[in-house]
Amino acid sequence: MRKKLLAAPYTVWSVAFILIPLAMVFYYGLTDETGAFTLENIAAIATAEHSKALWLSLLLSLISTIICFFLAYPLAMILCRMQVNQHKFIVFIFILPMWMNFLLRTLAWQTLLEKSGVINNILSFFHLPTQNLINTPGAIVLGMVYNFLPFMILPIYNSLTKIDPNVINAAHDLGANNFQTLLKIIFPLSLPGVVSGITMVFVPSLTTFAISTMLGGSKILLIGNVIEQEFTQASNWHLGSGLSIVLMIFIILNMVLNTAFDKEGEGNVI
Amino acid sequence: MIKTTAQKIYVALIFIFLYAPIATLMVLSFNASRTRSKWGGFTLKWYAELFENEAIMEALYNTLLIALLSAIFATLIGTIACISIHRMRRRTRAIMIGITNIPMLNAEIVTGISLMLLFLTLGVKFGILTILLSHITFSIPYVILSVMPRMKQLNPSVYEAAQDLGASPARAFFKVVLPELMPGISSGFLMAFTMSLDDFIITHFTKGPGVDTLSTKIYTEVKKGIKPEMYALSTIIFVTVLILLILINRPQKKKQA
Amino acid sequence: MRKLFAVPLALLGAVTLTACAGADSSGENGEVYVYNWGEYIDPETIDMFEEETGIKVIYDEFETNEIMYPKVEAGASKYDVICPSDYMIQKMIENDLLAEINFDNIPNAKKYIGEQYWEQSQGFDPENKYSVPYCWGTVGILYNKTMVDEPVDSWSILWDDKYKDSILMQDSVRDAFMVALKLNGDSMNTLDTAELEAARDLLIEQKPLVQAYVIDQVRDKMIGGEAALGVIYSGEAIFTQRENPDLEYVVPKEGTNVWIDSWVIPKNAPNMSNAEKFIDFMCRPEIAVINFEYITYSTPNEGARELIEDEDIKNSEIAFPDLSKYSNLETYSYLGEEGDQLLNEYWKEVKSN
Repeated sequence: MRKKLLAAPYTVWSVAFILIPLAMVFYYGLTDETGAFTLENIAAIATAEHSKALWLSLLLSLISTIICFFLAYPLAMILCRMQVNQHKFIVFIFILPMWMNFLLRTLAWQTLLEKSGVINNILSFFHLPTQNLINTPGAIVLGMVYNFLPFMILPIYNSLTKIDPNVINAAHDLGANNFQTLLKIIFPLSLPGVVSGITMVFVPSLTTFAISTMLGGSKILLIGNVIEQEFTQASNWHLGSGLSIVLMIFIILNMVLNTAFDKEGEGNVI
Repeated sequence: MIKTTAQKIYVALIFIFLYAPIATLMVLSFNASRTRSKWGGFTLKWYAELFENEAIMEALYNTLLIALLSAIFATLIGTIACISIHRMRRRTRAIMIGITNIPMLNAEIVTGISLMLLFLTLGVKFGILTILLSHITFSIPYVILSVMPRMKQLNPSVYEAAQDLGASPARAFFKVVLPELMPGISSGFLMAFTMSLDDFIITHFTKGPGVDTLSTKIYTEVKKGIKPEMYALSTIIFVTVLILLILINRPQKKKQA
Repeated sequence: MRKLFAVPLALLGAVTLTACAGADSSGENGEVYVYNWGEYIDPETIDMFEEETGIKVIYDEFETNEIMYPKVEAGASKYDVICPSDYMIQKMIENDLLAEINFDNIPNAKKYIGEQYWEQSQGFDPENKYSVPYCWGTVGILYNKTMVDEPVDSWSILWDDKYKDSILMQDSVRDAFMVALKLNGDSMNTLDTAELEAARDLLIEQKPLVQAYVIDQVRDKMIGGEAALGVIYSGEAIFTQRENPDLEYVVPKEGTNVWIDSWVIPKNAPNMSNAEKFIDFMCRPEIAVINFEYITYSTPNEGARELIEDEDIKNSEIAFPDLSKYSNLETYSYLGEEGDQLLNEYWKEVKSN
């Protein structure tokens, strides 16, 4: 009896604020203004402007995720080898930037990248040609990498610290060189962290609209922007919900991948 | 030797990457010129004006209030949920964990929209309450994630032993189980607090008229020209957290946390 | 980690005390929810209103008419006073979202607002029943004299390769299409698919030259010298010139949009009588002039214009243009549900290209 009572608050909460709202997105996405069932809002992804936005989002978020991975993995390895008693401090150092608001951090990049911004000022100081940095896909990727990199570092770092050093020593004793150890021992053991890092970077990058607005000068339309505008400007909830469902397909794929590697069901976020 | 130097340089470069924009904002908070692109000399006037600016102060108040309340509720609900999920049968547990993961793995924009649709249908007045409910919702998974591993490490016989020695179930729980969970609970709380503080997208869809958090305030300001007071405020917040962090960590260096 | 717990708490304690002062409760005579454009009022006048009436103003801002509309339509956010533009007011009237205004409670409106503005309003509010003019103006090009050598008199300069990455366009559907339609010599209220498609193609052609699509940011970017040319509302001209004397505003010869932003009261307004008080207060010449001097948008308030001390501004051709001198002026009208959708569709195509 007590068992049921304990489970009650969260069960009620998750039904009310997770499942029902999600069901409503599906309801709106699968109906038209009259309330009749339709697949039109989902099929709308096939139109030129929507599919372009989706492909661009997929491409940019994929690039960001790859960059994040290659930046984060070596870093996590280095951090892992540093003195053990500083673990918490290291973790905190990467959460710390989040105390400076996300939009302000992105705005700061605007200041750095602008035509008469800091980077171009430095370039012209050395008589180098100024670069057109802002409002390009590159600037958006940079914004994504910058904002989501900590989410890649932390899970990888966590899973690396969990590896028993004896396993690595054993590999060395058995004649494996550093590279072999990395490839055959360390990397497979850190895979849960890598997978959850990929999820934590890929999903927010895929669905962002603030970064593309601020660093893309509204010139580059991502799928997140399309959905946001359907709700806040065109007031076409049905279309917006339909496109959200399409977006969720990619997220579910990611979730499946995540649970396949994370059998413990505990996640590696922190 | 060369290798460790290279490693240090690498770490340093990532640090520069992460903290350069923050340093830029701090420098801008002392810039006398209103526009970002020109340096107009050193000034402290934005710091003075910050405390005069009612709109920013109110947004700050809302942000902290929502972050604190949502973190408290999320920690409470999340911890209770952990205890109950832990005791569930395998299948039910898998389903519950799956549901728990939804707000974390789903796109924030979809979560925001789904909650907006819910509140609209229910006819709830958009304001602090709707933001708070949404923040609790997306914070709970983070609490569960950090408490769950502790829960698993917990030896069930300790709880039983306490009861065998005459402790009531409640007493056994508070004296034996809770202290074991505490590190997970507090890091979950911290995570929930930070997530709420930094959230923009979900707040953007669930906020009401005249109610702003710092994030939504900044988003509107970004579009119409940001006020330097905002840089001053972020600098204060950042430096405060940094100093506290350093103070807290110093004595910890010798022993494991 | 447990000790880290203390960080947010300590910070919270420190700042809550100061922040509390900012968050005061509702006024003794209730509240009024105002929904206005960004930077479109002097905050001073809000304080004065609160002090005089004891009504607390809850003030919210929108960026474009298109962002404002869904919020009001959805009904989750109930506002008492809103300040949309002409065509949007027409849309709101047609969709039965607005309340008829009782002008007996807003005596200052008829007393001080010039006759010509009421006539102009009849284009979207035929019987002057729903709206009280607040600001008006034109849309034109703001350019930086140090970056543009040739004379600017046509929208076509926004298609000039020379200014690649130095052009700022408006990030709002109607304004962007207006520029292209006018350049093609078409009406900006056209529903002709061929004309709209031509405009769309023109905008797509222009896109590589555009630095960014922005709204209120045009102002800061032009002042900061980030761009050479920008599409902007006439009201920003005086302000930007004051900050950066190199800037110049022109109305292109192909014609442009003459707009009016007016106060309206939505049907579901919870504080109708406070809304009337608010509008009446804003129509007072001495208040309107404070707002004019702060936002520098042309005021239809004749009483306020009399009070402007600076003779140059009082007779400024930019602040108070003589519309009869310009040709091809139009005011947006509501294009209907289908027209809106079509235009949105085309705009998305421009943006995603």
